[in-house]
Amino acid sequence: MARFVQNLLRRPGPSGSESERAAQDARETTRSHQPWWTRVGLPFWLSLGWLVLIGLSAILADILPIDDPLSTNLDTLFMTPLSEGHLLGTDAVGRDMLSRAIHGARISLQLAFTAPFLSLLVGLVLGLSAGYFRGRVDTAVSIFTDSILAFPNIVGVMVILFFFGASLPVMILALAFFGIPAEVRVARANTILFSGREFVMAARALGASNLRIMVRELLPNVIVPMLSLVLFGMSIVIIIEGSLAFLGVGFPPPTPSWGKMIADGFEDISRAPHVTLVPAAVMFLTILSLNMIGDSLRALTDVKASSL
Amino acid sequence: MEPATGRQPPLLEVVDLHTHFVTPRGIARAVDGVSFRLERGRMLGIVGESGSGKSVLSRSIIDILARDGTVRYRGQVVFEGRDLRQLPPKAMRDVRGRDIAMVFQDPMTSLNPVMKIGLQLTEVLTRRRGFSARAARTRAIELLNAVGIADPERQLACYPMHLSGGMRQRVAIAIALAGEPKLLIADEPTTALDVTIQGQILDLLQRLQRQRNMAVILITHDLGVVAGYADEVAVMYAGQIVERSETGELLRRPRMPYTEALMKSVPLMSAPPHTRLQSIPGLPPNLLDVPGGCRFHERCRYAREDCSERMPPLTAKSGSDHHFACWYPLAAGAEA
Repeated sequence: MARFVQNLLRRPGPSGSESERAAQDARETTRSHQPWWTRVGLPFWLSLGWLVLIGLSAILADILPIDDPLSTNLDTLFMTPLSEGHLLGTDAVGRDMLSRAIHGARISLQLAFTAPFLSLLVGLVLGLSAGYFRGRVDTAVSIFTDSILAFPNIVGVMVILFFFGASLPVMILALAFFGIPAEVRVARANTILFSGREFVMAARALGASNLRIMVRELLPNVIVPMLSLVLFGMSIVIIIEGSLAFLGVGFPPPTPSWGKMIADGFEDISRAPHVTLVPAAVMFLTILSLNMIGDSLRALTDVKASSL
Repeated sequence: MEPATGRQPPLLEVVDLHTHFVTPRGIARAVDGVSFRLERGRMLGIVGESGSGKSVLSRSIIDILARDGTVRYRGQVVFEGRDLRQLPPKAMRDVRGRDIAMVFQDPMTSLNPVMKIGLQLTEVLTRRRGFSARAARTRAIELLNAVGIADPERQLACYPMHLSGGMRQRVAIAIALAGEPKLLIADEPTTALDVTIQGQILDLLQRLQRQRNMAVILITHDLGVVAGYADEVAVMYAGQIVERSETGELLRRPRMPYTEALMKSVPLMSAPPHTRLQSIPGLPPNLLDVPGGCRFHERCRYAREDCSERMPPLTAKSGSDHHFACWYPLAAGAEA
């Protein structure tokens, strides 16, 4: 993927007057000699660092030297951050906040790394077919996605969780379902755009079947913008899970989740604001990082959109 | 001029081909009753203004217009005795790329931007011609050599964006040749290229055509290109062929006023400076609503009353292969 992106970036710039073009070429050459990782800036690396930190701690939560996130201790209620033995303090029943934040990350990250990719997969199939075949297929797909969009996604996920029980797989599928329309729209729009390009007609003129044209010619062109949508989908998924937990319809109580932690601390916010603020800050930083990375990647791949 | 092949059927015979598009504003008659034949190893130039239906005609021959259900065909496209319109989709896919290949106008968009050219080239060989991966690579290098690309081995690993326009068009031609087609359709292959490159590409096409005894349909709006390269010329106007003949004959003795008007609108190097360039008054007809009678009558300086009433058929005088569709053709001079 990295090499692929890099190759896309090595393309000549838009044409202008002769001298402009020469200047552009010179700039392009110096720019293209810099690998992409030097061109994304510090915010990108800070964001990536944060996500790696959160991700690693979530994966290694069971072997890290942290307290059990569920063990209560009535001697250590509402300890402030930086207290001895509790880096981020404790909550209303004396549970370690650091440990709960890390274990809470597991839920959020498991959702973030599954649901948007499922949406991508379904969206790709539907969007490619709709954009390529148009006509009835397009109408059917549009009706399907528009009806999903007509439903407020948080309410929708709530209803699904209510009927099928609040388990991780149900939550993943529900969130994935509501992520489909955005992916379909991006896939469909780009498919229509690229279907008009001569290389699709050229492939057909060489005897390629419809399936082959969609998979070999269109998919690689359509998937890049869809991938940047996945990062956006990740932050949405984390927000929805947080909102649901805050509303009390997420996973059942002892399971640590960021939204639940915020909700738990809310009643004591005047006495011990850190109980609410720590999970809120963790969630904020995670979503910010995802969006920053998404923006950087989009900026890198946008070069392609303009000059191809 | 009689076909030299005698009893053998022509390579391609298009009979009364219609291609109509169903649009919200009505039916666009992009190709409306076109017939012609093409022998093996000959180059046919199809000339016409933008919107005359020449590109749609080329795409109709191998049926690659959009699959969105708005296209209506009628008529026959007989290739080596088989009517391509009657072939099942699978058999038609085998014809494309192997019997008939195509080169497009804009090499900037006719190559897939995210596939290395080596893969785009070898894929045709492995899939259409049954080459092994290694043999395909060797053959790909030969093909790139044949179209005049330097250092072909290195170019195989390039993406289209790494190549210049002329190079890309050479690659596109190499891809089209990979299937060893008997007919190559080149749809304005030089329009998007630099003038200096145009001649090179056309020379290349002509050389390959002669080497391989391949028939070529060269679509262009440039009479100069046709004059230099094509064996026969068909002039298209508003979805129909209005004049068709052997190139020299057509250029020396155009019979249809539209052909003459086209020729007069080509700037001449020999004309004195500041000579006003002649243009054809008016616009080509709207294909949604073509005029009755001869489609050119509104812009024709020789038009008479009945030109707007009856459509002239495309006919030739007996013993001649010079076909034209006009009630009042231009003087033939000394007719052969």
